[in-house]
Amino acid sequence: MSETIWVIPLIPLLSSVMLMLFGSRLKITHIGFLGVASVGISALLTLVLAVEFMQNQQIIQESLWTWMEVAGFAPGISFYFDGLTLVMMSVITGVGFLIHLFSTEFMEKDPSYARYFAYLNMFVAAMLVLVMADNLLLLYLGWEGVGVCSYLLVGFWYQHNANGQAARKAFIVTRIGDTAMALGLLLLFTELGTLDIQAMVGAANQTWQIGDSIPLIACLLIICGAVGKSAQLPLHTWLPDAMAGPTPVSALIHAATMVTAGVYLIARTHGLFLLAPTAMTVVAVIGIATSLMAAFTALMQTDIKRILAYSTISQIGYMFLALGVGAWSAGIFHLMTHAFFKALLFLGSGAIIHCLHHEHNIFKMGGLRTRMPVTFWSFMIGSAALAALPMTSGFFSKDQILLQAYQLPDLGPGLWMAGLLGALLTAIYSFRLVFVVFFGEANTEPDKDTGWRMAVPLSVLCFLAMIGGYFMIPVAEVFPASDGSHPAHWVEYVSISVPLVGLLVAYLVFFNRRLNIDGLANSTVGKSLGNFWLSGWGIDWLYDHLFVRPYYGLANLLKSEPVDGIYGLIVALNQTFNHWLSAAQSGRMRWYLASMVAGLIILITLAANLSTGVLQ
Amino acid sequence: MLEIVFFYIAATVALIATVMAMTRANAIHALIYLIVSLLAVAVIFFLIGAPFAAALEIVIYAGAIMVLFVFVIMMLNLGEKGDKQERQWLKPGIWAGPAILSVILLVELLIVIGDVKGPVSVSAVSAKEVGLSLFGPYVLAVEIAAMLLLAGLVGSFHLGRRYLERDHIEKGSSQ
Amino acid sequence: MDGLNIPLNHILLVSSLLFAIGMLGLMIRRNIIFILMSLEVMLNAAALAFVAAGAHWGQPDGQVVFMLILTVAAAEVAVGLGLVLQVQKRFKTLDMDHANRMQG
Repeated sequence: MSETIWVIPLIPLLSSVMLMLFGSRLKITHIGFLGVASVGISALLTLVLAVEFMQNQQIIQESLWTWMEVAGFAPGISFYFDGLTLVMMSVITGVGFLIHLFSTEFMEKDPSYARYFAYLNMFVAAMLVLVMADNLLLLYLGWEGVGVCSYLLVGFWYQHNANGQAARKAFIVTRIGDTAMALGLLLLFTELGTLDIQAMVGAANQTWQIGDSIPLIACLLIICGAVGKSAQLPLHTWLPDAMAGPTPVSALIHAATMVTAGVYLIARTHGLFLLAPTAMTVVAVIGIATSLMAAFTALMQTDIKRILAYSTISQIGYMFLALGVGAWSAGIFHLMTHAFFKALLFLGSGAIIHCLHHEHNIFKMGGLRTRMPVTFWSFMIGSAALAALPMTSGFFSKDQILLQAYQLPDLGPGLWMAGLLGALLTAIYSFRLVFVVFFGEANTEPDKDTGWRMAVPLSVLCFLAMIGGYFMIPVAEVFPASDGSHPAHWVEYVSISVPLVGLLVAYLVFFNRRLNIDGLANSTVGKSLGNFWLSGWGIDWLYDHLFVRPYYGLANLLKSEPVDGIYGLIVALNQTFNHWLSAAQSGRMRWYLASMVAGLIILITLAANLSTGVLQ
Repeated sequence: MLEIVFFYIAATVALIATVMAMTRANAIHALIYLIVSLLAVAVIFFLIGAPFAAALEIVIYAGAIMVLFVFVIMMLNLGEKGDKQERQWLKPGIWAGPAILSVILLVELLIVIGDVKGPVSVSAVSAKEVGLSLFGPYVLAVEIAAMLLLAGLVGSFHLGRRYLERDHIEKGSSQ
Repeated sequence: MDGLNIPLNHILLVSSLLFAIGMLGLMIRRNIIFILMSLEVMLNAAALAFVAAGAHWGQPDGQVVFMLILTVAAAEVAVGLGLVLQVQKRFKTLDMDHANRMQG
């Protein structure tokens, strides 16, 4: 198996190509089978690979062929496999397989069934290439590949203009980050002469000292790419809008895998970031700021998917925080557990939306606990993990992050406290969601509970979200070991208790209504603050006024082609002369004659001057 | 000396006759003045020793070509109305611009020929000499002239025939 | 018969004057018949210059060119008068300003 890891991304790619070419001629069952089975085989192969890796801890480096060779620049189509890659591959293929299975029921009625699975398979292939790439250029290929698939899937129901707009927004906003990242790659290549990640990190450590400016610039550019892809401040605005896509897509791309690509990228190039402590601080600050901002915003949202979207942004903020404080393995661990419970939540919301005829507003749901038991328990477990209640998977990963953040000198306690506030908010908004949707009075009547193809993935993910915290992710070889010291016990106790407080608050406010916040919410300050949070801190508004409208203004200005005006002037001059000359063409004989005589006079003058000089 | 006097008289007649021809309103009157002018030029030809040219000037120019004009004017049958029209067109305002142009050109020509010195040749050039050079070195020019005349013949026949035919057809259709 | 002492430049002066008058007529007249007449005058003026120059050098070439000019004039008048008939037929006038359909 270890000789042929390239098969793993190849299978979904082949399936995708087949679906694109022959999708319209296949039966629905065959399409679904092809789409699910291809990812399933990849998942199985990954499992085999994982078992092998657990036994021999062998890093695999596999080069297929040289992609291109120009003046010493020879990136290969080559794969690199270690513990980090294994974690990412497991998440992608495992969660991906479950989501594919879920999709077969969710998308059953959709006329573009084949197109959907073609995109989804292609996404899995691109994402696998991204995490398996041995050099940054191949990684960039996968990076752009998932971007394209994200664009295609967000705009999957392109018949509605808003969906197309959301897709474009997702594509363009991430493109800003990608451009910066491409610049970072170019900088790294010109400075180090290679883009092979391992060789590059080695060369960087030999060339630069800690705190040099070039690695700082390179890291900042890479951060830009990661921030765009992972929807962190200030490029996060595309993710809530990207919820326009089908819900399983949101689960796979915008929760479990693609949006965590930025985290993976930073973790993969951590050797560089260790050379630039400032860049790491930037990562941590971006992470915690995003986390808090998104958590506050999630508190106020009413659309179930937008709540989850902001929660995703917030959780990725935690991962960034982990990376920023050097808790690499904790960050990746949180990435994995987050993939489990967030996919679970998204699929659960997908099930609700599916059974409630595309109802997104949580206040129009309510009382679903008894009628959709599978979904209810999925949501309970998912929310518990999201809120990091003890013994759930989210608890272990988030706890690690917060503890390691606390140990950071100078900034540490501050980051820890902000992280705690975020955790409190997370607990409140996740259980607000649960209480509003599943308890209280029923507002709508669902058709039925989910079918088995939805129930199985939900159950498996429930299981994973519960026990995911006990997994030992094999990344010890990849990252530098932490010093192993533990902060004081009270820090740990506080970290544990905060989500419980959040749960209590949510219970009091949204379940038994002992704690009435209506007065607070209706006061002027409360209202304006609520609206401010609802609008995502007005960042969309700000960007609209700061970038979009000036750009439209510029475009409108350029639409009238001011530069062409110069050439238009030449044209106008020519036309004027032409007009004059054609006016001279009056059709009147005597006018012609007079002109001829005038010309004759000039000619004779010239001739006399030139030949004889008589007139001089 | 007599020749010189004759020359100036002939030149004066030619110029006056031409001016008159150009300013008449009636086409026939103008034509007669033009014939006078041509005859005067023929006299000049005779005086400067080109008798053959003088003869041709009278026979072909003043004779054949001018008769053509007369025929056409007769066919057109212009009458009094045409004369009035012509007089209206001959207002001084119309004269001014062309006159200035012509005077400028004339002055230029005069300046250019100003330094031409000497009298014309003592001996006359006889018709024989002209004939010899016509069918000697200039034979190609003669042939080209023949072709030109043929083309003029065909062209005028074509134009005139269509004129007549259409007239005929219109008459036929109106009946 | 033998031309004595007539200065060449005087003949050329007459020729130039005739040419200028012809040109003036060409420019001011609107009647196509007068335009043709003016052309005749101009051609004749040119012919006079040629003959005078030929006489000045005692060569027959001047008269040869005169004959060529004569043929040109004959052909031109033949075609021109044919056109006069057509103009009269089509426009019911001899005013050349009416025949201005070729204006730009």
